[in-house]
Amino acid sequence: MPAGTLYRGREGMWSWVAHRVTGVLIFFFLFVHVLDTALVRVSPEAYDDTIAIYKTPLVNVMEYGLVAAILFHALNGLRVIAVDFWSKGARYQKQMLWTVMGVWIVLMAGAFYPVLQHTLRTLFGS
Amino acid sequence: MSTTETTETANGAATEPTDDVALFDVDHPAPVIEPPRKRTAKTPKASRGNFEMQTWLFMRLSGIVLVVLVLGHLLIQLVLDGGVSKIGFAFVAGRWASPFWQVWDLAMLWLAMLHGANGLRTVINDYAERDNTRFWLKMLLYVATVFTVLLGTLVIFTFDPNIR
Repeated sequence: MPAGTLYRGREGMWSWVAHRVTGVLIFFFLFVHVLDTALVRVSPEAYDDTIAIYKTPLVNVMEYGLVAAILFHALNGLRVIAVDFWSKGARYQKQMLWTVMGVWIVLMAGAFYPVLQHTLRTLFGS
Repeated sequence: MSTTETTETANGAATEPTDDVALFDVDHPAPVIEPPRKRTAKTPKASRGNFEMQTWLFMRLSGIVLVVLVLGHLLIQLVLDGGVSKIGFAFVAGRWASPFWQVWDLAMLWLAMLHGANGLRTVINDYAERDNTRFWLKMLLYVATVFTVLLGTLVIFTFDPNIR
């Protein structure tokens, strides 16, 4: 292969990849989530026993990951809409991606304690 | 036919510099080549329409609505009032006592499932190269999507807080 011809991608390509990956992950979670919610039609105990899994430390951390995926997908989705419908969208797509990442970091920092408080309290006491 | 013979001669002698005549002129016009995408008698009457454009638009419109619905959902379920600690049957019963949250959850269920199903349809179309694989993966996707949407809808509409 000739040197320097392999497209390694830049902001546009990697945000596209991340949008796909987060989208697929969120969709698989959505299946599980509708199924676990459907247990309210079985019995309150069946539902509460299953929701207890969501309160274990490992799954609680995965919920933080879910929030991370959803926030990125939502913010980057708004960027995609801006690229498609705003006349200057394509020109500012990089700046918009860095804005997305900035907002994402702020929101993830803000969500850290609220989302993980159940685990933090069980592990380290209130 | 002299016309044909002239053309053939010119073609065959193209390498010889001495026989450098123009292939076509006013009296011998070049054959008309049919435009590659022209509608012909063989073109199927029913084309595929603009389904892909409609799904493209749906992804953007549903996406905007889902940003509000899903982020609001996350805020209530995972951030406010103790995060995941408070969630249980009683919490669900309290929220679904209000038609507002029933409609919210119903809209979120339908839009998110259709948005996600169309996204996965695109991913399958992109990466499953064999016709059979692509077909069956999409069938699996459609069956799972219809099942999940109907199950979720049924649960929202038939929820009974006094099930016990």
